Amino acid sequence: MKSFAYSRATSNAQALEAARARGTQFLAGGTNLVDLMKYQVEQPVTLVDINHLALTEISQIDGGGISIGAMVRNSDLANHPLVRTNYPLLSQALLSGASPQLRNMASTGGNLMQRTRCYYFNDISFSACNKRAPGSGCAALEGYNRIHAILGQTDKGPTSGETCIATHPSDMCVAMAALQATVEVEGRGGRRTIPFAEFHRLPGNDPSRDTTLREGELITAVTLPSAKFAKNAFYLKARDRNSYAFALISVAAGLEMEGTTIRSAGLAMGGVAHKPWRIPEAEKALAGQLASPENFAHAADILLHGAHGYEHNRFKIELAKQGVVRALTVAAQGTSEVA
Amino acid sequence: MTPFTNKPSPSQPHADNTEVLTDVLEPRICASELNAESAEEIEELERHGLLSEISRRRFIQASSALAASLAFGMPGFIEAQEATHNATVTLKVNGKPQTLSLDSRTSLLDALREHMDMTGTKKGCDHGQCGACTVLIDGRRVNSCLTLAFVSEGAEITTIEGLAKTSDPKAIEDLSAVQAAFLMHDGYQCGYCTPGQIISATAAITEQQKGELSIVSWHSGKNDQPELTDDEIRERMSGNICRCGAYPNIVAAVRAASKGASA
Repeated sequence: MKSFAYSRATSNAQALEAARARGTQFLAGGTNLVDLMKYQVEQPVTLVDINHLALTEISQIDGGGISIGAMVRNSDLANHPLVRTNYPLLSQALLSGASPQLRNMASTGGNLMQRTRCYYFNDISFSACNKRAPGSGCAALEGYNRIHAILGQTDKGPTSGETCIATHPSDMCVAMAALQATVEVEGRGGRRTIPFAEFHRLPGNDPSRDTTLREGELITAVTLPSAKFAKNAFYLKARDRNSYAFALISVAAGLEMEGTTIRSAGLAMGGVAHKPWRIPEAEKALAGQLASPENFAHAADILLHGAHGYEHNRFKIELAKQGVVRALTVAAQGTSEVA
Repeated sequence: MTPFTNKPSPSQPHADNTEVLTDVLEPRICASELNAESAEEIEELERHGLLSEISRRRFIQASSALAASLAFGMPGFIEAQEATHNATVTLKVNGKPQTLSLDSRTSLLDALREHMDMTGTKKGCDHGQCGACTVLIDGRRVNSCLTLAFVSEGAEITTIEGLAKTSDPKAIEDLSAVQAAFLMHDGYQCGYCTPGQIISATAAITEQQKGELSIVSWHSGKNDQPELTDDEIRERMSGNICRCGAYPNIVAAVRAASKGASA
C-alpha cells in the first residue's frame, strides 16, 4: 500500500474543503477502497474519513418517499422498518450482496462508488486496463471474461484505448435503478441531484470514469420515490455459489398490480453492464399488460436487445433472459410468496 | 515474500517492502523530514509521470539504510524509501484504552496483532474475503483487515480475547456460550478460522434476536421474525470461510449457542 495522509472530517464543509487537494479521496466503509489500496489500484495521497459525518438518517420525505443518508450502512438500510415494509426489493438486493461483516461496514454512498471486480482491473501485474491505466488497452476482451459485460460495453479490440467490458458489481444499485432513486450530492459550488440512471455511466470513450460525480463532490443522500412495488417485488441473483459471491446476472423486478394486470413496473439488471441496466421501454411494455410469461419474455427481449457476449460469458445472454422472466414471475406472485 | 526481521514489524504481505525498511529506521521518518524534495517538486514530477525519478532519488537516499537493513538478514532487493505518515492513535480494545504510534496504513488487524500483542484475531486473506479477522466494533461484526486503525479510534473494539466471562478463563464455564458451544461441538479442525467464526457467530445470534433479516429470511417467507434455522445459520455465517470444512459442526455449535445451550 502506498503511503497516505489521514484526516477525519466532522462536517460536510470540512470534507469538501479537504477534497480540494489533489489526490484526495473520501473514506467511508472502506470495504472496496482499502482493498484496492492494498492492491495499489487506488493510490490516494490523502484519505478524508467521512465516517463521522451526520449522514446516517433514514427519513420520510414529502411526496411519500424516503431519504437515505449516504453513511447509512448496508445492514441498517436492509433492516430499516420503512425499507422492509415499503421497499422489499432494496432490502433483498442489499442482503444478496457481500457478507454480514461487509454489510455492517459498507455505506450507501460507498456502494454507489464501488469499482468493478474485473480481474484485470484489480491486478496491476496486467498492464492493459483502460479503466486503471487509460489508453493501455483491455486484457479482459481476449482474457477470462466470465464476469464481464454483454450490454453497453465499448469493444474496439484489445489494444484500443476505449475498450472496456467491465461490469458494475453492486446489488444495491440494481434495486435503486429499478426504484428510480435520485442521488443527492454536495460540492463546494452547492448541491445538485442526479437521477439514478445518470449517476453511473457506460464506458463510452473513457472507461476510467465510472460515474458522473464531479471532482470533490460528496454524496450526501439517496432518495427513493413513494413505494409502488412493496407487494410485488423480487431480486434474483444468479452466481457461482449461493452466498457471498458477485452476480453473474441479477434482476430487480418490481410490479404494481391490479388483479392480474400490471399497472406499472420497475425493472433493472446487474452483472451485465458498466452500470445497472435499465431500459424504460421494457417497463412501459409491461404496463397495462397481463402478468404472463409471454409478456415477461417480451420485456426481457427489450432489455437484452443488442447483447453481445465473449468466449467465457455468452451464457449470460440466455441466463439474463430467463432471469428476467423468473424474477417477474416471482414478483407477480407476491413479495412474501417467494420460496 | 514474507519479510523477516529480528524485531517486530508490521507484517503486511500485500504491502511493498518499503514498510520493512521504514520499520528498521530509527526514529521513523516523517514525510516532511524525508529529504530535500519539496512537496511542490514531488507534485511536479508526478504530474509529468516521473514517478520513477522520485523512486530513483529516494532509492539513493535510502541506500545507506538499505545496507543496514540487509545486515538484519532481510530478503533481496528493497525498493525506494517512501514518505510515511505516522501519528498517535488510542484504541479501546476489550475495555482497555491503549495509545500507539502507527503508520496511517496500519489496519486494525495489524494494530491488534503486531502492536498490541493480541494475536487471537487472525489474518487469513487480508482482503475481507475469509472472515478470520472478524472483530466487533461497537457490537457489530466487521472485517478488521479492511478497517484502518485510525478509523476505529473512539470505538469499542471487542476481540476473541475479550469474549469470555472472566479475563483469565480456566474452565469451560468461564467461556462465553458461543465459545463453549464450539468446544462441545468440535466446531473446528486446525482452529485458525475459529476466533473469527466465534466472534461472527456471537454477532449473528444477537442480530437474529433483534429480528434482523438475511436473504434466507426473505426467501423462506420469514421476513417478520426470522428463526435461526440451519439454512439461516449457513447464510449468516457465510462471511467466515473454514478451509478444513468443519461447517457441519460449526452450524451445530451456533444452533446450540443460539438456544442458550453449549452442548
